[in-house]
Amino acid sequence: MVDLQSLRIVLPEVQLAIVGFVALIAAAAGGTRVTRAVGLLAIGGFALAGGTLFCPERLKFLLNGALPVFGFGTQFIDDSFARFVKALILAASALSVMLSWSYFEKNGEERPEYPVLILFATLGMMLMVSASDLLSLYVGLELQSLSLYVLAAFRRDDARSSEAGLKYFVLGALSSGLLLYGISLIYGYTGKTDFLSLASALRNHGLMEPGVVVGMAFICAALAFKVSGVPFHMWTPDVYEGAPTPVTAFFAAAPKMAALAMFTRFLLLPMNGLSAQWHQIIVFVSIASMLWGAFAGLVQGNMKRLLAYSSIANVGYLLVAVAVGGQPGVQAMLIYLSIYVLNTLGAFAVVLCLRRNGKAVDAIADLSGLSKTNPAVALAMTILMFSLAGVPPLAGFFGKYFVFLSAVDAGMVPLAIVGVLSSVVTAYYYLRIIKVMYFDEPKGALDPMPDWGVKSVLGLASLAMVVLTFVPSPLVDAALRAARGFIG
Amino acid sequence: MTDFPILSALTFLPLLGALIILLFVRDGEGNKTSEKVAQQIALWTSLATLALSVQMLRQFDPSNTGFQLMERFVWIPSFNIAYIKGIDGISVWFVMISTILTPICILSAIGGVKKRVKEFMIAMLVLETMMVGMFTALDFVLFYLFFEGVLIPMYLIIGVWGGEKRTYAAYKFFLYTFLGSVLMLVAIFAMAIHMGTTDMTAMMGGKFPPQMAAWLWLAFFASFAVKTPMWPFHTWLPYAHVEAPTAGSVILAGVLLKMGGYGFIRIGIQMLPEASKHFAPLVIALSLIAIVYTSLVALAQTDMKKLIAYSSVAHMGYVTLGIFSFTEQGFDGAMFVMLSHTFVAAALFLCVGVVYDRLHTREISRYGGMASNMPRYALVFMIFMLASVGLPGTSGFVGEFLSMQGAFLANSWYALVAATGMVLGAAYMLWLYRRLFYGPLVKDDVRAMPDLNAREIAMFAPLLIIVLWMGIHPDTFRHVYAPTLEKALSAFQSHVQGG
Repeated sequence: MVDLQSLRIVLPEVQLAIVGFVALIAAAAGGTRVTRAVGLLAIGGFALAGGTLFCPERLKFLLNGALPVFGFGTQFIDDSFARFVKALILAASALSVMLSWSYFEKNGEERPEYPVLILFATLGMMLMVSASDLLSLYVGLELQSLSLYVLAAFRRDDARSSEAGLKYFVLGALSSGLLLYGISLIYGYTGKTDFLSLASALRNHGLMEPGVVVGMAFICAALAFKVSGVPFHMWTPDVYEGAPTPVTAFFAAAPKMAALAMFTRFLLLPMNGLSAQWHQIIVFVSIASMLWGAFAGLVQGNMKRLLAYSSIANVGYLLVAVAVGGQPGVQAMLIYLSIYVLNTLGAFAVVLCLRRNGKAVDAIADLSGLSKTNPAVALAMTILMFSLAGVPPLAGFFGKYFVFLSAVDAGMVPLAIVGVLSSVVTAYYYLRIIKVMYFDEPKGALDPMPDWGVKSVLGLASLAMVVLTFVPSPLVDAALRAARGFIG
Repeated sequence: MTDFPILSALTFLPLLGALIILLFVRDGEGNKTSEKVAQQIALWTSLATLALSVQMLRQFDPSNTGFQLMERFVWIPSFNIAYIKGIDGISVWFVMISTILTPICILSAIGGVKKRVKEFMIAMLVLETMMVGMFTALDFVLFYLFFEGVLIPMYLIIGVWGGEKRTYAAYKFFLYTFLGSVLMLVAIFAMAIHMGTTDMTAMMGGKFPPQMAAWLWLAFFASFAVKTPMWPFHTWLPYAHVEAPTAGSVILAGVLLKMGGYGFIRIGIQMLPEASKHFAPLVIALSLIAIVYTSLVALAQTDMKKLIAYSSVAHMGYVTLGIFSFTEQGFDGAMFVMLSHTFVAAALFLCVGVVYDRLHTREISRYGGMASNMPRYALVFMIFMLASVGLPGTSGFVGEFLSMQGAFLANSWYALVAATGMVLGAAYMLWLYRRLFYGPLVKDDVRAMPDLNAREIAMFAPLLIIVLWMGIHPDTFRHVYAPTLEKALSAFQSHVQGG
């Protein structure tokens, strides 16, 4: 029997899956000739799913009544928090497809599988965000991960790209193993997998079996791997450096958000009763990520590696908000996430502008003198870097403001102090990029600007960093609504 | 006219000018016409801002000690963060010094800055927006936004147009001040949570429990002590000053250092009175060390800009000394030293810039005997040098006298140490003057230097008038801020004694 009520909730995912299969068939039939058409189809699919996401009366012609929150029993949850994060993921995926518009073509490697893989990875992420059962969580995560492994190795003739894919696969499989082991422990000790009954079991019956705590710790380790929190971050710099740049941009944006949202839900809903236990883990991972991301980034010479460490530090800040928990923490996390995702996609767009004699270059030194050879890109990058450093008046400051405000409000002043001090350290490497662009002499002309996709992502991101300063309120209020609706 | 948001207009007019230059002036290194256009737009924008600020001064009512010309708009209502602007007797002069110095700097840059003219003009105008915005902000988030935002244009000004070690200087400047400020940010969080709002006017007058206030005070101190700068947090300043281009040094000494002093009054005295009283011995000790120690260091300098930079640290010592003596004269003197130092230090850096543009060296020993071939320059330099020393009749005298008097009233030993600093100040400045202007004119390149040209005279003339006016009739300037400061002091005293 078709569960129509549940179908109503998963309609965006269904649409995305259909678009994905259509794209797959088109790709199989058309080959490389249809790469661009498939790309456009994917962007259209993201837009369609995004529109449906916020349509309050999905499939009203079939069924009346309010949209239910849970679907397929308790496997799938559709609250305002999930919708907010899904909208960000869809936007990030669409922008990532735009970033890749002519990247592979320039290497003679254009293949229509690329947008198809992004489509399926995004579908996996949407399932992750909405998962309210350990099983649906695992299924979503694996659909995402398998697509990402292939994407990392997408330039299959390139040794570094293949290496990145392999590394990511081996370590990712390990973390999946940890996750499954944790799930099995929790199931073994409680007999439950769905979040709601786990929550009430852990809250009401004081079910503090050590096995549950161990299972929770295993799942935390696996999820820390997915969000690249220290000490499970080791794959990040290598995979970021080796993967093709548009793929790296995608990695830094969408999967990170999905894993973080899932992490938040897992800790605040089923594991709420164990908050005394997981709080220590999260605080440790957060501090370690902030500090390691800051200090290890200082010595990097490659843009993509640098941005990898930057993303590790940023995960540290985001985990501060997770450790705060509750409505203020979730709201701060959503604000930070929205700003960060645009900021980082913009930074990768700049890396995509770096081509010399037809070859992509990605050393920091390759940016030298960019303010003379390409003032517009240099200006945009300056805005993005100051914003990542959290220097006001740019939007990145507001992200940090709300995260650390919520931490101080929750009485976690030391965590906030470590956070702001580590942001001073990270400022050093962002400043270095600006120094290279503005203070150093040009090393030789870069190739002309790439296509409209990169340009529009760069323009959109840098403009948003300025505009959000003047009108932060819509974002703050949207995050507030999403946090209020968070079921946890 | 009363509804016109004059403070916002003042804040964003320079930004508008910067945007116009950014969008409508064509790029091109060495493109003379587009460089000229950029210079003219920047100059006229800053002059229009100055005119607007004069209008603001006319609308300002000195007898009213509260905040005036208030503007309040919704910004982030869910966190009780609003866009609030307003001025009182304290901040009104800081706005004025920002708007007076910017056109002078742009005028100096028209001759002094040869590369990337367009970008330089944009940076100067953005800087002006940040400065004016900071002094008129009455919401903590807004305040912090502008306070920190200053770093962005200043980092670029030092790094792009600076001297040999500009990269090091720019990093040091940025990271030092950023480090101090992030601690202030944590304090702002704590205050915002305690009060439920970030409205600065709601926080005046000791509303925080003593232990919390002590921590808050230390966090703000970290930021303002670096910015002012106080010994031993001053080490970024000599580098930043020496490597920055002339216009950058002028703004740095003239306005940015005052942000620290302004912060001490606005937040230290008005918001955390008990903690200020508690920590006053620390501040006074550091101020006295700064006055004597940096004067001695200045004596040993061979680089003109470094010498003036160290003298700035010493002068800011008088400011903190005056504020933390908690006397009427001390407050008055601190305020006057800040205003006077703005114009005198700005003028001295411009003076260095004049010869630096000609010979491209700041080594004192490379010059000598300039009194005979550059008489006008020698006269201008002498007046500002004497103002820096504190000669009666110049602005420097009034401020240092009042500040010393305040220190004397608090404790006569303070005044004794501070007076030693004044003697040393006279020594290093007079010695500098002797080495630059007297003695035989032996070096050919020095002999060949032309005297001040019309643009340079236009640049110095307003400063000269202001410095002498401040010395001869200080009340023109004092009557604007004196009532507000008096009220701040009496509020402070009643809190300290009552609490």
